[in-house]
Amino acid sequence: MSTHTSAVDDLSAAGDASRSTPSPSGSRLHVESATLGYDKRVISRELSVEIPDESFTVIVGPNACGKSTLLRGLSRLLKPSAGQVVLDGADINSFKTKEVARRVGLLPQSSIAPEGITVGDLVARGRYPHQGFIRQWTEADEQAVLRAMDQTSVTELSGRLVDELSGGQRQRVWVAMALAQHTSIMLLDEPTTFLDITHQIELMELFTDLHHVGHTLVAVLHDLNHAARYATHLIAMKDGRVVAEGSPAEIVTADLVQEVFGLRCLVVPDPVAGTPSVVPLGRERPPAAPKTETT
Amino acid sequence: MSTRSGLDPHAGSSRTASSPGTRRVDFGRRVLVLRRRKVAVRLDWRAVIVCAVLALAIACMAVLALMTGSYQLSPGEVISALTGGTTGLAHDIVVEWRLPRVAAALVFGAALGVSGAVFQSTMRNPLADPYIIGFSQGSYTGALIVILLVNGTYWQLAGGALIGGTAAAVAVYLLAYQRGVQGFRLIVVGIGISAMLGSLNTWLILKADLDKAMAAAAWGAGSLNGVSSAQVTFGAACVAVLLVLAGMSSRQMRQLELGDDAAAAQGVRVSATRLRLIVLGVALTATVTAVSGPIAFISLLAPQIGRRLTRAAGITLAPAALVGALLCLTADYIAQHIAPTPLPVGIITVMLGGGYLGWLLITEARRHL
Repeated sequence: MSTHTSAVDDLSAAGDASRSTPSPSGSRLHVESATLGYDKRVISRELSVEIPDESFTVIVGPNACGKSTLLRGLSRLLKPSAGQVVLDGADINSFKTKEVARRVGLLPQSSIAPEGITVGDLVARGRYPHQGFIRQWTEADEQAVLRAMDQTSVTELSGRLVDELSGGQRQRVWVAMALAQHTSIMLLDEPTTFLDITHQIELMELFTDLHHVGHTLVAVLHDLNHAARYATHLIAMKDGRVVAEGSPAEIVTADLVQEVFGLRCLVVPDPVAGTPSVVPLGRERPPAAPKTETT
Repeated sequence: MSTRSGLDPHAGSSRTASSPGTRRVDFGRRVLVLRRRKVAVRLDWRAVIVCAVLALAIACMAVLALMTGSYQLSPGEVISALTGGTTGLAHDIVVEWRLPRVAAALVFGAALGVSGAVFQSTMRNPLADPYIIGFSQGSYTGALIVILLVNGTYWQLAGGALIGGTAAAVAVYLLAYQRGVQGFRLIVVGIGISAMLGSLNTWLILKADLDKAMAAAAWGAGSLNGVSSAQVTFGAACVAVLLVLAGMSSRQMRQLELGDDAAAAQGVRVSATRLRLIVLGVALTATVTAVSGPIAFISLLAPQIGRRLTRAAGITLAPAALVGALLCLTADYIAQHIAPTPLPVGIITVMLGGGYLGWLLITEARRHL
């Protein structure tokens, strides 16, 4: 595929011809009654999920509910043993791997920064699906990398070693690498897991910005309140099934949280964003009877 | 350390002020970008300079090796013999006698360097090396069987080594296979298989006649003694093809260093690429071993020395190849001319490797304690 200097342009001009061939269902990426699992162990059976175009979709659910497995399916890392994952109207496994990589990007749960690599070099590696044996570093590559670093505010770190960065900075560099790949759909596998609260929020705001410039984002998150605040579309999963999906305001209720997580809670409006906010009730205890003896 | 507070809420939507085309990515190191017609490559200046210096050192070392021997020649005589300027004795000595051995050291050293680089990169482990994962002992077993049981010719010996080494490598790969192959498991299984084959080899040698046992031990040390020009030509042709294939896989190899998931998400076919790289690495080592016996440690050392010289991120092939060639050439020179009695080159490389491992242990211990 030829890459032009259009790399700096909006995603709508990203050159994926895919956009002109929307799938009948109106979603570029969806799962059609797929069976997902590892070896003989089935995680999800007959799973059907649609990722609404230009949404910020967040998948939540308890551990081992199949949310990461679903993301691996969507990114083609995992091939369904039955059913299919459809990208732009065709089975995702019918594409060449590089073609998928030009349409769908992924921020994996863990990646490895080679020893001694600088930020600029690492972000530049995200250009791989656009490069060829003799076209390894075009002007379009250069501009896409600069733009990805601008968007994630890591431009000033460009010449630094990745090993020297803080956890929050490093995660932004990985996001920049995924952005340099220049795909309009981006999948994020627990992107905030190992960060402190400040960097978690910083990253969620960054994702919101990316969503606003036209990316379709699909994230697996642990934090229900982050999910409810930032997602435009929420998918709640349990035991490999989708229990509920819709906008957070519609679906986040105390009953749903009880059903999905087995957690008794109150759902109150987030005082800042107005989105639903989950407050766990915990064990019932008398409000003003603190125990004095040591535990 | 400055962690910038928060993000500009519109950072993503605002277009950068500076005009595109003038700004350049800061890689933290000087890069050389060549863009002409369909070609667009980015090279690291330091790597370019290091490779040029290494190439020069190899050329000097090669001339020195061609000069030295019971009949000393001057550098001028060597060069004119190589360029066809002289005929007669000097030409015969340089081209017929000494060149095959120098060429063998150069080509096989480069092959071993690249083989090690491929292994260390795919396993993401600086101790990964085709010999450590069982190839060496396997090829020795194959060679021993040919020497002791069949009393075979040179080519049968090479074939035996090839089959033994490949069988050991395949066994290690299959035993380590579990939904794809991970570096660490491959290394551990390889060490186990190597140990088992090592004891088998010792048993075979103990059961053998003295003269056969000595021949086997000499082969097992790895030597360029008596390498014929036919063998070198054949070996060099194989190595050339394999090096080109490895070079063509180097971009995928570099992506794989980021982790399987990241590489797959960027369009690398992970399992197929890893298998291809392992096959290339084993084939390179197998070619060398078939001709000269196992020359240990160059594949372990060369990629690491190359990486430290270039300060590159991850393992790169060209410096590994050049360091491998220089190491092998130098080690063979020492083995032939500096050691009190001519030794197999493998003895010298084992000593180098022992020193390297000791150094690695000391620095790693300092870093972690």
